[in-house]
Amino acid sequence: MGELVKLHYDVPGDDFTRAGEASSDVKKKLKTLGIDPGCIRKVAIAMYEGEINMVIHAHGGTADVEVTTAYIDIALADQGPGIPDVALAMTEGFSTAPEEVRNLGFGAGMGLPNMKKYTDDIRIETELGVGTTVYMRVNIA
Amino acid sequence: MTIHDIQQILDARWIYGEELADREVHTACGSDMMSDVLAFVKDQSVLLTGLVNPQVVRTAEMMDMVCIVFVRGKTPDENITALARRGEIALLCTDERMFTACGKLYAAGLSGGVGERLS
Repeated sequence: MGELVKLHYDVPGDDFTRAGEASSDVKKKLKTLGIDPGCIRKVAIAMYEGEINMVIHAHGGTADVEVTTAYIDIALADQGPGIPDVALAMTEGFSTAPEEVRNLGFGAGMGLPNMKKYTDDIRIETELGVGTTVYMRVNIA
Repeated sequence: MTIHDIQQILDARWIYGEELADREVHTACGSDMMSDVLAFVKDQSVLLTGLVNPQVVRTAEMMDMVCIVFVRGKTPDENITALARRGEIALLCTDERMFTACGKLYAAGLSGGVGERLS
């Protein structure tokens, strides 16, 4: 499948005000590539939620995006505490985010469910004390 | 309805984007929880919120929204305004409370558009 572009970002941790910079840049680049707007929005939302999660729970991490003519792959990797129960974490409304994060408009337990909802495939590799990598794919219609 | 109409209906102050006043808006949502906003993507063009931080603008940007209305007299700082300027998202402030602001816009013909999830 023809590869159009590969993007790499460092997502800074513990700076909530900067969360979303990578997603914002990806959104702009996908627009310039002429990707379908609905597809771009799915990628932007899923990646943005993932970025927020990395900042809240894992002191940041890295984001890699690969764009082909058929799909867009996103890999979000962190060296945070890991997810003890992935199935529970995927449940709408379940959250371990601290109160101050909720006061900022997140931490309602919608992050991972939203990421699943807006992507065609999601896979989570996690190990306690080592980190988490979330792989997501959005097919280009 | 246009952003100008929203400004008039809510007697709102312009923070940024008066030049965007003629942009058409069709639906809106009101929430202080950004993840809830991100869960519904039926081309909502206006976000009403009492939350004031950069992630409000980021959320609107991801959703392709064109206008944010800060309710209860909340005023964004320069960092937030700069982010909105880069994304060309109009910023308004109204002294109305969330319920009243939403009610006035709804009564004037702006619909909710929630309940239809992109999937």
